[in-house]
Amino acid sequence: MPPILEVQNLVKNYGNFNAVKGISFDIKQGEIFSLLGPNGAGKTTTISMLSTLYTPTSGDAVICGHSVVKEPMAVKQCIGVVPQDLALYEDLTARENLNFWGQMYGLSGKTLSKRVDEVLEQIGLVDRAKQRVKTYSGGMKRRVNIGVGLLHRPQLLFMDEPTVGIDPQSRRAILDSVKELNRQGMTVLYTTHYMEEAQELSNRVGIIDHGELIALGTQAELTKSVGETDTLTLHISEEEDPETLAAEIRKVKGVVRADVTDHEVTIITPSAEELLAPVVTKSNELGIKIRSVDIREPNLEAVFLHLTGRALRD
Amino acid sequence: MRKLFLIALKDLKLAFRDRAALTLMLLAPFALTIGMGLITGRFSGNTNTGLSDIPLVLVNEDGGSLGNALVEMMQSKDLESLLEPQVMTDLPAAYALVDEDKTAAVIYIPAGFSDSVIPASGQSTPEEPVQIELYLNPTRPNSVGVIKTILEQFMSQVEVGRIGGQVVVTQLLTSGAIDISQAEAVGRSMGEKQANEAGQSSSIKLNRVTNSGEEVKFDILAYLAPGMALMFLMFTVSYGGRSMLVEQAAGTLPRMLTSPTTTAQVLGGKVFGIFLTGAAQMLILIFGTTLLFRLDWGAPFAVFVLVLAAALGATGWGIFLTALLKTPGQASAIGSAVMLIFGILGGSFINVEMMPDWIQFISRITPNRWGLDGFTTLALGGGFANILTPIIGLLAMAAILFVISVVIFSRRGIGRL
Repeated sequence: MPPILEVQNLVKNYGNFNAVKGISFDIKQGEIFSLLGPNGAGKTTTISMLSTLYTPTSGDAVICGHSVVKEPMAVKQCIGVVPQDLALYEDLTARENLNFWGQMYGLSGKTLSKRVDEVLEQIGLVDRAKQRVKTYSGGMKRRVNIGVGLLHRPQLLFMDEPTVGIDPQSRRAILDSVKELNRQGMTVLYTTHYMEEAQELSNRVGIIDHGELIALGTQAELTKSVGETDTLTLHISEEEDPETLAAEIRKVKGVVRADVTDHEVTIITPSAEELLAPVVTKSNELGIKIRSVDIREPNLEAVFLHLTGRALRD
Repeated sequence: MRKLFLIALKDLKLAFRDRAALTLMLLAPFALTIGMGLITGRFSGNTNTGLSDIPLVLVNEDGGSLGNALVEMMQSKDLESLLEPQVMTDLPAAYALVDEDKTAAVIYIPAGFSDSVIPASGQSTPEEPVQIELYLNPTRPNSVGVIKTILEQFMSQVEVGRIGGQVVVTQLLTSGAIDISQAEAVGRSMGEKQANEAGQSSSIKLNRVTNSGEEVKFDILAYLAPGMALMFLMFTVSYGGRSMLVEQAAGTLPRMLTSPTTTAQVLGGKVFGIFLTGAAQMLILIFGTTLLFRLDWGAPFAVFVLVLAAALGATGWGIFLTALLKTPGQASAIGSAVMLIFGILGGSFINVEMMPDWIQFISRITPNRWGLDGFTTLALGGGFANILTPIIGLLAMAAILFVISVVIFSRRGIGRL
C-alpha cells in the first residue's frame, strides 16, 4: 500500500531565513506519526505547507495521491487540520461553528446536521452546543477546535500541538481521543514539543530541529541509535555555576557527555546509578550544592539531547 | 458562489452580535442625527434646509404670461430667503457666471415659450414646444437640486393646466356647451388663468410633490441623516476590513484556506460580508429614521439603489485599507480617523458647497460626498435618473479600489500577516 503522505525534499525560505531545510519522510495509512521538536523548529511551517496554506519554496508532498503544489484542492478534500491556535468564532455557538466549517468542507442538509450531532457527541459538548464558544473553558474550546477538523471524516488528520496551554485533564482527554480516532482508522500527523506525548501516541517519530529532520524511526529505533544510555540530570541552585560543575564532570570516567541548560547539568552515561556517587563527590569538592537529581532511562528526550546537545524545551 | 455567501452571512451575523460595533453602527448615527436635528431646530418646527441665498440668474426672452409668471415666482417673497435671483438679458454673460462659479444656475426662458403652451389667437400649437433651458453649476449639486425642484414643480403645474384645458374644451365641444368657433377662446382663457395660478408665489414653495401627489416639505434631517449614516457606514466598512485582519491573526482565515475553498472565494466572501453589513446598516437607519422622524428619503427604488452603490463604494475603501494595514489595532485607529476625515470632507457635518474649491475637489474621493449628493437630490424630489452621476461615481470608486486591493493581496497573500 502506498504511503498516504510522502514528503519530498520540502523547503521553505523567508528571505534569507531557512525555516524548513529540505525534509523528507512518509506516513503510512493508519499510522500516528509525530513530528517532535522544540518551538521554532519548523513543525508548524511544515504542516502549513502540507495543508496547502504555504507554498513550498521547493520540493513537494504527495497526499492521498495528489501533489500539494499542483493539486491543492484535491489535497484539501483529503485532509483535516487542527491548528495550534484556536481557530473558531467565539461569538458563534459550538453548533454554529461546526455548521459553518462543515459547509466550508462541502457538507450540507441532513448530512451536515447528522455529522454535527455526531461530532458534538464525540467531543462531549452536546449539552453546551447552543452556548457561545466564548463562554467555554480552554479545554472545551480545544475540543471544538478538534471537532471542526473531524467533520468531513478526513483520511489524514494534521494536529499541530493541540495540547498547548491546557489543563492536564483536558490534555488527557485529547490524547485519548487521538488514540481513539486512530483506532477507528484515521491516520494522524501530530506535532508536539512534549516528548511524553510523542512517546505515548506515535508509531513513528520524526525529530525536527532548526528546519531539519535529524532523526526518523520508531521509538525503539531512535533510542537504540543513541546506545543504551541513561540520562542523569543534576539540578543546582541559581547562585552556583553549572559550567564549572559540567567541566569537572566531563573528566569523570563513564560520562559520554555533559551539557548545561539553565541551572541543570544533563549527563549522558551508560549507567546513571554507577555515576551518581562520583558526580556527587565532585560537586562536594567544588562546593556546589545539588538540589535534586533525575535519572531517566533511554527515551526521546535523550535522543534529542544526544543529537543536538540541548533539551527539547529549549 | 455558495461559500462566498456563506462567509458573507457569517460576517453579517458576527457584526450584529458585537454590541460595541452595533452601538457605533446604529445607535451613534441615530444619536448624532437627533443631536444635530436639535441644534438646527428641526424638532422645534424650524424647516430651514441649511441652504439660503442661492444665487440664480433668470434670462426671460419670452415676455409672455408664463415666462413672466416664472420670473415673478422666483422673485416672490416666499422664496426670498432661499433664492437670490438676478434678471439678465445677456445669455452668454449669464452662462459665464455659472462657468465662473458665481451662480448656481441660469434659467433661460426662450422667446415664444408662453405661445408654445398657450397659442395666441389665430395660431396653432407648435409640434415641438419651446423648452426652458436650465444651465447648471455641477459644483453646487444641492443648490442646483433646490432650483430644479422649484422649476420642475412650476413646469408640472403648467403641464397639468395645459392638458386639463384640452380635456375641458373637448368635453365642452362634445356636450354641445360650446361650438367650434368658441373653443379657441375658452382654451386660451383657461391657459392664462392657469399661468396666473402657476405664478402665484403662494402656491410655489420649497415643496416636493410625491408620486401620489402628496406634498412633503424638505426636511433638514434629509441632509443630516444621510450625512451621519454615510459617516458611520465608513465605520462599518473599516470594522469589516478589521475583521479580516482579526481572522488572519486568530487563525480562522488560514483555516478557511485549508478547507476546499479558493483564495478568491475567501476574499470575495469577506468583501461581500462587508458590503452586506454596510448595506444592512444603511437600510436599518433609513427605515428607523423614516419611522421615528417621519423622514422622507425620496423615491424608494432610487434610495435602495443608492444605498447599494454607497455601500459598495465604502466597501472599496474598507478592503483597500485592509490590504494596506497589517494588524487589527492599526485598522481600528486608522479606520476611525478615515471615518472622521471622510465625514468632514464629504459634507456629513458642513455642507460641502460652503468649503473651498480644493476641498470640494478632494471630497470626490469620499463615498460620503457622492452619497450625500445623491440622497439630497432624492430628498428634494429627484428620481433615479437624477442620481446616475453619484451612482457612477460610487461604482467607479469601488471598482478602482477593488482592483488595487486585489493586486496588493495577490502580492501579500491573505492567509498570513
